[in-house]
This record gives sequence, structure tokens and C-alpha cells, in this order.
Amino acid sequence: MKFTKLAAALAAAMLFAPHAQAQIEIQWWHSMGGALGEALNEVANKFNAEQKAYKIVTSYKGSYPESMTAAIAAFRAGQAPHILQVFEVGTATMMAAKGAVKPVYQLMKEAGEPFDPNAYLPTVTGYYSDTKGNMLSMPFNSSTALFYIDRNKFKAAGLPPVPPKTWKELVATAEKLKAAGQDCVYTTGWPSWVHVENFSAWHNVPIGTKQNGMGGLDTTFTINSPTHVKHITMLADMAKRGLFTYAGRTNQADAKFQGGECAMATISAGALAGTIKAGKTDWQISFLPYHDDVKGAPQNSVIGGASLWVMSGRKAEEYKGVAKFLSFLSRPEVQSEWHVKTGYVPITKASYEMTRKSGFYDKNPGRDAAVMQLTNKEPTANSKGLRFGNYVQGRTVIEEELEAAFQGKKTAKAALDDAVKRGNEILRQFETANR
Amino acid sequence: MEKRVVFRSAWLPYALVAPQIAITVVFFFWPAIQAVWFSFQLQDAFGLKTQFVGLQNFTNLFRDGNYLASFRVTAVFSVLVAFSGLAISLLLATMADRVLRGALAYKTLLIWPYAVAPAIAGVLWAFLFAPSIGIVTYLLKGFGVEWNWIINDNQALTLVVIASVWKQISYNFLFFLAGLQSIPRSLIEAAAIDGAGPARRFWTIVFPLLSPTTFFLLVVNVVYAFFETFGVIDATTQGGPGQATQILVYKVYHDGVKAADLGSSSAQSVILMFIVIALTVVQFRFIERKVQY
Repeated sequence: MKFTKLAAALAAAMLFAPHAQAQIEIQWWHSMGGALGEALNEVANKFNAEQKAYKIVTSYKGSYPESMTAAIAAFRAGQAPHILQVFEVGTATMMAAKGAVKPVYQLMKEAGEPFDPNAYLPTVTGYYSDTKGNMLSMPFNSSTALFYIDRNKFKAAGLPPVPPKTWKELVATAEKLKAAGQDCVYTTGWPSWVHVENFSAWHNVPIGTKQNGMGGLDTTFTINSPTHVKHITMLADMAKRGLFTYAGRTNQADAKFQGGECAMATISAGALAGTIKAGKTDWQISFLPYHDDVKGAPQNSVIGGASLWVMSGRKAEEYKGVAKFLSFLSRPEVQSEWHVKTGYVPITKASYEMTRKSGFYDKNPGRDAAVMQLTNKEPTANSKGLRFGNYVQGRTVIEEELEAAFQGKKTAKAALDDAVKRGNEILRQFETANR
Repeated sequence: MEKRVVFRSAWLPYALVAPQIAITVVFFFWPAIQAVWFSFQLQDAFGLKTQFVGLQNFTNLFRDGNYLASFRVTAVFSVLVAFSGLAISLLLATMADRVLRGALAYKTLLIWPYAVAPAIAGVLWAFLFAPSIGIVTYLLKGFGVEWNWIINDNQALTLVVIASVWKQISYNFLFFLAGLQSIPRSLIEAAAIDGAGPARRFWTIVFPLLSPTTFFLLVVNVVYAFFETFGVIDATTQGGPGQATQILVYKVYHDGVKAADLGSSSAQSVILMFIVIALTVVQFRFIERKVQY
């Protein structure tokens, strides 16, 4: 009798308080719009379907800088999300914000989730680890800059449809394409990322002192070295001769190549999905061109894209869910699916192997170019990655100066000297603010 | 002949203006005071560490040649926006004022752009003038004009001026039209009988009588060019190429909102505030004297 009463009471309680056993919600703010956003939601849904204790709630917060700004504002108001997707440029800012973020290695240890930084590609691990090798954020979507050509344009100009390997060959090819009446010969996306950051790593020259800023906040830029000046001089000269069409500071060059306007482009590996979808080019992707007179080139390229940061100030049981989700994310099959669907790099060695064994690369030649280029050689201090404070401003400064050089308003040397000077002031400001 | 209305109640007048004062305090004075306070500080992005740095944010700015250069860009931009905005809308208003049939349709269409958000106006014009796919670019190519504002300073400035002016024309038009309609017909008719042509009638009668409206719009347009155009710029050139379209308010937005550098951004907005206060004082002291009420 007593038992039935109790059971009835219990049943009633459960009926009237359905929230008593509700899932713990985990907020994930991201910047993946369109098809990428759909792929991201699929990942979250899969995790939600697999277990019932936690529920990942995704919210699209606009572009990378916009979601970072939103999260900073939310943090100041005590409303930060659990997980925030931050672009590579914001890495130093997040790392310096001790007290605002919960380092991923620490989170995983506390939650007792297995976590092996060595499972990731070295260029990925290096980018998001502190000097002691502790991974502070979770790599998620990584890309790198690649070289695309449209074979149709080459054939139309009577050239063999083979991508040039060096910049010397590229200039010679560009001249021939131009002479054959090709209007836009070569263009580039993300000028600073491609022609300063990836260029430096690819040629094994430093972007800044202190291991590209990874060794401390008292770093300074070194992008006015003779190698850099030579490269930017060459680009400015190409621009003057109509061999290089400047497209803008972000991904505007993607459309120029995908739409069949330009014959050659250095754009993100992530632009491949769009290139295939547009279907207007006989595309081929290969490694970035290099200068064959620079010793050690080509080295390896650096990543772009974003990683997931865990924000501080949440309860332990919520963090447990976050850790479970991050573990789920690093599973090879999840990674591999994300890679195949989006064109981003498979960031763990296991997921690359898995994708390779599935025969995906045999059926889709070129889709492994990014990972091959990132692992071309064992990364050096110059090619491991970069970490500069307030780099949103720093990159703007570099891009402004590059534009001045491409317009012919300044010599490459003067532009890069000014970029270093102005960039260093930003670094000093960051150093003072984060002392 | 001054009109005076005296309230009998002691508190009623205060109660009536209280909502307006409250809004001004909350949305203007409070943020303005905070901006001044932040401008003396150096903060990391998350507000975890704050240092009082005195005038350092200001001295850093004035040492920076690029910041000083953006004053020049702002001056050129504002003059172009205010002047062409006023001139075009005055022209449109005088035309619309003479329309007899379908006047309402014309007026509605001319007022329409005002309802469009600045960022959307920017995107719209950026599409029309897009270097590779824009329809205007295509037409210009037909005329042999190489149009690429991505890398051409003057073309970039032209684009943001066009987009900003287009956005403001409706507002100006509305006021000019109202001004024109309040000018007594008899004056113009009398001048016409005396043999004054349309141009003479406009410059000697209509324009002087419109001067209060013109003056008001001048102040409003300068403030608009200084403060409200960053949406247009963010949606099109983002200050580039180089720093060709980086006006002061866009740098405030970029440094503060995008780069989370609140100290410098606040210092810039304080400087901007003083410039606009100074400009408004100048306008009221010197230009207003020429206005005939």
C-alpha cells in the first residue's frame, strides 16, 4: 500500500516536473553560414542523438569577428556561451585572456576524457598549443592556402595544362596567358594570409621574432626581410603589367576563379567545394608556388580556419558535457565526414588515414593536397604557426600596406617597413594591456 | 513678437520634458561619459585587466600619421556627401514641386530610400559596382572605363559617396519639398510678372527663403556624414584600398567593435565628438547669420 502511494507520488512528480530530468544544454556559438552551417548542425545533431544527458545548442553569430565580439560582450555581461568558434587570427587574444577561457587540455583532464594532442597534425597542434605543448583550444575547421589553375584557360592559350611550380614559372606562364588575350591571369584571396603568413612558412622565413610570437608577447614583426620584399616587389610588378588582378582582402578571389574569370588563383582549400559546385572550370589544385632560389623552400604551409574555445565560469557537470562533445568531435569518423563534406583539412592523422583508405582521394584527386602541403616537411619554428596579439588590427595594417604596394603608391620595401612599424606598435599595446 | 506660455503648475513642465531628458541621459550622456572614461584606460579584450594610462591613447593616435591622414579623408568625404546630398535633393525637390500629375507617386519613390538600412544600401551599391559582376562595371567597360574600386582610391571614394548620398537624399528631399511648398506663390508670381526668369526667381526669391531649411539640413548632413556612414563603408570598401575610405567613424567602429580595442576606440570617439561639437558651433555662429528667417 505504502509502495503504491509512493510510486504514484513519484509518477505525479515526474509528470508535473518534466524539467527535473532535463538535459544539460551546451551553447555553441559559431560562424559557419550556408552549407558549412548545415554540416555543423549535422555534427551537433549526431551527438545529441547518440546520448541523452547533454544537448548541444548551436547558434550562428555572424562572421568570425562578429561572433568573437558577441562572445566578448556576453562574457562582460556574464552570459558567455560554453563553446565559441574563434578564427585563427583571434588565437593570441583568446590565449591571453586567462580567466575568460578554460584551456581544453585542463578541461579534458578534469572530466577524465582521453585526449592526445599528438593525434593531430603537427601544424595544427602547434598552432593552438602554449609553449609547454598544452593544447588550449580544440582544432575544428582548418584549411590552408592552395594553388588553383583552370586547365581550360591554359589549353585555350596553347599551353600545356600543368600548374607552374615556382613563381618564376608562374610569371612566365602569366605572360603567355596575357599575350593570348586572357584578361584576369592570376588573383589571390586573403593577401596577408597567403602572401605573408603562408609565404613565410613555405619559405621557412620568420614572420616575427620569438618563434612567430609563440614564445612571448615581446615579439616584433620581421616581414620586411629581403625575401619578403622580393616577393611583394614581384607581385606589385605583376599588378602593374596586368598579370595580377587584386581581388580584395578576404575571399573575393574565390568567385573570380570559380566563375571562370581568372586562370590561376591562390585561395583557400575550403574554396574547393564551391569550385566544384560552380562547375565552370576545369580546375586542378596543387601546392603553392615557391621561389626556387630560397634555401629550404618549399617547407610547409600554415593553417587558417578556426578552433573551439571553452569559456570559463560554468558548472562542473556542464564542463563534463563539453568534454564529452569535444571527444566526440575528435573521433576519426566524425572528422572524416566533416572533411569530406566541407573541404576542410582532416586534422587528425587517423581521420586522414580513414579517408584515404575509403578511396576518397582516388576518386577525388587533389582533395588531399592541403594535408600533404601542411605536412610537406617537419615544421620549423618559422612554419609551425603564428601568434600575434590584436592580430585583427595587425592583419588590417598589413593588408593596407600591401594594397599601397600593389597600387604602386609605395615601393614594396617602404610598404613592408611601414607594416612592420605600425604592426609593432599594435603588438606593444597588446603587450602592455596583457602584462 | 514672442509667444510665452506660462505653466501654472510647478512640476508639470518638468514632468513633460522628463521622458525626453531621460532618453537623452541614458542614450547620449551616459555612453558619452563612459567613452571619456574608457579613453583614459588600456583594457584587454575581455575586460579582465584595466590600467589607467592617462592621455596615452590620445598621444598614440596623434603620433600615428595614418590617423591624421584619415582626417583628410573624412573632410573630403563629408564635404562631398553634404554638398552633393543637398544639391541633388534640392534639384529633385524643385522638380517634384512643379509636377502636377502623379505627384504622390514621385514623392513616395523619392522618399523610399530613406527606409533602407545603411548596410543594405552599401551592399546594394557594392553589387551594382562590383568589380567583376556589377552591372554598372559592365556598362562602364563598354565606355572604356576600367572600374575596380578594390584597388583604385578615387573609385572607392566615389562609390561610398554615392551610396551615402543616395541614402540621405530622401530625407533632404522631404524637408526641401516642405520648404518649397511654404513659399508664398504670390511672391513668385509677382516676380514673374515683373519679368524675372525661372533661374532669377529661384536664386533671388526661392533660395533665400529656403535658407532656414538649407541650414538645418546642412547641420544634419554633416552629422550624418561624420557618424552614420560607417554601415555603408563596412558593407563596401571596409576602409580600403589602403586607407582611402577610412573615415574617422569607421576607424572607431573597426578598432572598437571588430578589434576589441576599447581604449583607442573610445579616445577616437571622444575626438570625433569634439570635432562635431566644434563644427556645429561654427555653423551656428557664422553660417546661421546668413540665414533669413
